[in-house]
Amino acid sequence: MAEASTMTLEEREATLGGIGTSRKRKEDGRFIRGKGNYVDDLVLPELVCGDFVRSPYAHARIKSIDKAAALELPGVIAVLTADDLKPLSLHWMPTLAGDTAAVLADEKVHFQNQEVAFVIAEDRTTVADAIQLVDVDYEELAVLVDPKKAMDKDAPILREDVAEKDNVGQGARKHPNHIFHWEIGDAEQTEKAFNDAAVTVKESMFYQRVHPCPLEPCACVASMDPIAGALTIYGTFQAPHVIRTVVSLISGLPESKIRIVSPDVGGGFGNKVGAYPGYICAAVGSIVLGRPVKWMESRMDNLSTTAFARDYHMTGEIAADADGKVAAIRCNVLADHGAFNTHAQPMKWPAGLFNVVTGSYDFPVGFCSVDGVYTNKAPGGVAYRCSFRVTEAAYLVERMMDVLAQKIGVSKAEIRMRNFVQPEQFPYNSCLGWEYDSGNYPAALKKVLEAVDYEGLLKEQAEKRKQGELMGIGIATFTEIVGAGPSRNCDIVGIGMFDSCEIRVHPTGSAVARLGTKGTGQAHETTYAQIIATQLGIPSDDITVEEGDTDTAPYGLGTYGSRSTPVGAAAAARAAQKIRAKAQKIAAHLLEVGENDLEWEVDRYVVKGLPEKSATMREIAFAAYSNVPEGMEPGLESVDYYDPPNFTYPFGAYVCVVDIDRFTGEVSVRRFYALDDCGTRINPMVIEGQVHGGLTEAFAIAMGQEIVFDEIGNVMGASLMDYFLPTAVETPEWETDYTVTPSPHHPIGAKGVGESPNVGGVPAFSNAVVDAFAHHGVTHLPMPHTASSVWNAINGLGLNKQP
Amino acid sequence: MYPGKFDYHKPDSVAEAVALLGQFGDDAKILAGGHSLVPMMKLRLAEPANLIDVNGINDLKGIREVDGGICIGATTTQAEILASTLLAGSCALIPEASALIADPQVRYCATAGGNVANGDPGNDLPAIMMALDATYVLRGPKGTRSVAARDFYKGVYTTDLGEDELLIELRVPVLSGNQGSAYEKMKRKVGDYAIAASAVVLTMNGTRCESAAIALTNVAETPLFAADAGASLAGKTIDEDAITEAARLAMVIATPVADLRGTVEFRTAMVGEMTRRAIRKAVARTEEV
Amino acid sequence: MAKKQISLTINGRSVEALVEPRTLLVHFLREQQGLKGAHIGCETSHCGACTVDLNGKSVKSCTIFAVQADGGEVLSVEGLSSGAELHPLQEGFFEEHGLQCGYCTPGMLMRAYRLLQENPNPTNEEIRMGISGNLCRCTGYQNIVKAIRFAADKIGAGEGAD
Repeated sequence: MAEASTMTLEEREATLGGIGTSRKRKEDGRFIRGKGNYVDDLVLPELVCGDFVRSPYAHARIKSIDKAAALELPGVIAVLTADDLKPLSLHWMPTLAGDTAAVLADEKVHFQNQEVAFVIAEDRTTVADAIQLVDVDYEELAVLVDPKKAMDKDAPILREDVAEKDNVGQGARKHPNHIFHWEIGDAEQTEKAFNDAAVTVKESMFYQRVHPCPLEPCACVASMDPIAGALTIYGTFQAPHVIRTVVSLISGLPESKIRIVSPDVGGGFGNKVGAYPGYICAAVGSIVLGRPVKWMESRMDNLSTTAFARDYHMTGEIAADADGKVAAIRCNVLADHGAFNTHAQPMKWPAGLFNVVTGSYDFPVGFCSVDGVYTNKAPGGVAYRCSFRVTEAAYLVERMMDVLAQKIGVSKAEIRMRNFVQPEQFPYNSCLGWEYDSGNYPAALKKVLEAVDYEGLLKEQAEKRKQGELMGIGIATFTEIVGAGPSRNCDIVGIGMFDSCEIRVHPTGSAVARLGTKGTGQAHETTYAQIIATQLGIPSDDITVEEGDTDTAPYGLGTYGSRSTPVGAAAAARAAQKIRAKAQKIAAHLLEVGENDLEWEVDRYVVKGLPEKSATMREIAFAAYSNVPEGMEPGLESVDYYDPPNFTYPFGAYVCVVDIDRFTGEVSVRRFYALDDCGTRINPMVIEGQVHGGLTEAFAIAMGQEIVFDEIGNVMGASLMDYFLPTAVETPEWETDYTVTPSPHHPIGAKGVGESPNVGGVPAFSNAVVDAFAHHGVTHLPMPHTASSVWNAINGLGLNKQP
Repeated sequence: MYPGKFDYHKPDSVAEAVALLGQFGDDAKILAGGHSLVPMMKLRLAEPANLIDVNGINDLKGIREVDGGICIGATTTQAEILASTLLAGSCALIPEASALIADPQVRYCATAGGNVANGDPGNDLPAIMMALDATYVLRGPKGTRSVAARDFYKGVYTTDLGEDELLIELRVPVLSGNQGSAYEKMKRKVGDYAIAASAVVLTMNGTRCESAAIALTNVAETPLFAADAGASLAGKTIDEDAITEAARLAMVIATPVADLRGTVEFRTAMVGEMTRRAIRKAVARTEEV
Repeated sequence: MAKKQISLTINGRSVEALVEPRTLLVHFLREQQGLKGAHIGCETSHCGACTVDLNGKSVKSCTIFAVQADGGEVLSVEGLSSGAELHPLQEGFFEEHGLQCGYCTPGMLMRAYRLLQENPNPTNEEIRMGISGNLCRCTGYQNIVKAIRFAADKIGAGEGAD
């Protein structure tokens, strides 16, 4: 029965291409040939196109919309406005945060470029021509762009549609422009700690509004089959099943008649989680016309209207003893959510997982409060590799630790070493409610400091300072929280945040796996196959991974917040383990031994003590369809829905060295060393790629990105002329390193890594820039650290006198 | 993303192009490199009813020596400028600036004529041409005329080029061994327009400066010829005091717009700093020869 | 606003077509020729995802009208490999993990193709400058540089098509 194997154990392992190998990607073949399958590539018979008339004003009443001239243009089929959607109750839609958002502006517009009408025509050129012919008459209203003024007595009321409501889905609110108040921790004990403390530091900081800007804009093709009464929507969706459920809830169509397909997606970064008016209007158009409708936004639409990120006005305070040992942390935040609360995150957490703001440090007590407000800006807030507001929290605490270090007079490395949660304290219960699973922060920082010769850098900095040169060393030792999440505290529209994997092994020994997550470039087709390969002893080359089609994939909550590895991979591992359990029974049957006489070895079950007596998974697979033991069902497949017991807590230590030109303010990144601990490493090559990409986004955020508004709500810099996307020339070289501290509660000990580099990268850059001025008593500088901004600081301090 | 409708014309000769300009007036735009025009058309900020594609006109091509100077055809691309050994050897300031314009793909299409003639204050070649005291040759229905670059720019997107005229070539000098030049451009990233930039051409006599020409990019509604700044260096040894004074005189005439590239104060200070760096570099290059 | 007849070669194949003057080359390739490799990532000619090779030059096909390609030769990503054999650049991107979501990849490949014609043995700095007209959000460029280096080395060693 058993195959005599001429391969060594190592060769058999290598054939698997399983966990831990830097195997090349399975998905590359189509992309390098230009044969990717993105939404805009889709051609369907009788396809028509749609796009929006958008508001030039940030806050205005719509007095009238004249469609006549547009409708007269040959090729124009329809012009939809809110009035056309009202009979279907689709002019507003529920958001993932318990609010409502306009699909098409209903009587007033709330932000510049908001969707006012949807023009459908035979081709996109005609759509563009027709858009210019729609005549909208506006009456401008007073604009609110400063969130600090949102709750003033005389502030203009933005959301007249909910003005009478005392809550908009997130608890009691105290003003029509107020969305929520959220707090956590022990205010009283924290206050006491501050009163008793030898040292306190306080700093206000603004994490500016930025945008994920994936290279592919959002798009969809909605196709209603009038005969079957079934709607298919192809789209740029990071969470296809959630979209299906939401579409069902708002349209009345049962989910059995809705198919959502997310094909290849050109980057998500949190921009493609929620439902946008373009999807709804395309769907309505298709339902009404019985023809497929394609919508694709422009880059400027994308930057100015889809889910932005951050926009957190924060104040951080730390209390400590004379040696800088922390006693308490306190922060409050004013969150600018734009015109609607559409943030895509677990519903019970209006400020996301911000309470991870204790970071890697052992704060005995803490208190945190967040208030969200409406402004006349595009809606959103949770996006851009943020892990649900973790980027904001990490920025705050990493900056505050530096502020504390400067106050105490110790190095930025030393202040961290003195305050780390120690390895023996895990699982660690933070004072703000999280149970960190595992970590070894001192080892990570030590490794990095040695690698960059921190002491040498400090010496060099001291010398340079004597010469009047500006050199900065930035450190970030972050802990973040990913893998949303345990259903007891994480849900989206009521659905628990589990995820799923279904695996079917074919008779001749290959397999297919389908999951409820959705990759947008993170190599899911490869990494999930690797995990299953190691579990099942089938080469990853022979395991096809599919995601994104709700007709075939088991229900999942999609990919964002780095949850694919912590949740999806856990489901994959457990589904594979279920198959292994059945395989073991079949093997016992084939080999005529008891189950307990067998042990698993790479790709086969071997009888203990009799190495020639074995059954490979390939043989077992065939037997599953031809020769199963008495009473057993044929077939070899499983499904696992994994409700994680906890989040996972990846961490890292980053060091950034900068040199600043004191005459121009230009910041040059001399070196960036990034150590990440994401627990078990599935594919080191893929991890490194994720870190490179995340650090590059962090670099862009820290050094140049900002979505800015003028005083009447005109959005500025919403094109690639101004929105800073670094080229290969500006982007530094990244040095990556790692430690491995597995997650004790995850089936394969893996934690996820996609967002860590953005979480840790931004404060590393920012800390470096501030550090360059620390000897002049500077404790904080605002991001982005453009030359203009840095020069301002230099000039103010008089550091640019000509020699 | 979708331009408005237009009629497309591709003349074979300058005369034909000029006739078309005469026929359509402001209902026509010249399509040369197109990398300023086409993006504007895609955003519907420009909707010309006619495009006159001049890329097929042989008389507008080529770089050659003429009358002791160099003649650059209007549709010469930035890439062709960068590949020109003639310019590298005789007027290196021009390829130095071309290398800083946009990115490789744009440089394959963007033309010298478009860059100097469309009146965008952010373009780099105008200040170069001013510093070189270059001349633009224009052809209209009434014939040919030449305009000094220093006299060509009137306002934002407004130049001396008539609606019925076509820029056909640029006349630039051959720089001699005792002339040093440099272009210092500060920008947010590769490919961006300048936060501020300064072009310098120095004529040296030993360690003394005989004459200097300084011109500035993107710090006013037009490129600026900094006459006083240049004049301040004439007859002097170029030490740090002289450089500081020249920079000061450059800053004094700058009226940059405050935008996402920086505040007025910052951009003004930067045109001073770029001037300093360009002068130092131009001096060093003279010393290298 | 009469349509224009154009004839050109695309990936070695002769093509005749009728186009509106305002039809951009990228839309002509994607929608009339079914060549979906060139991608659209912006409308201000910054991202480079639409880059193809036209008459021996790297161009942003979103900023050129199809009529301007009349009589010309276009090479797009679909024409890079010959049959089953990948171009060394395609191999390099695969070997060095030079892509993640794949959206910038065709533009990068076509730009890199011309870059290596301009400069067969570029330094890493020259590679970075050479692809400065192509934006990527996923990779941070580091592995793209390695991928292009891989191809340069392979072509330089006389292996594989150039």
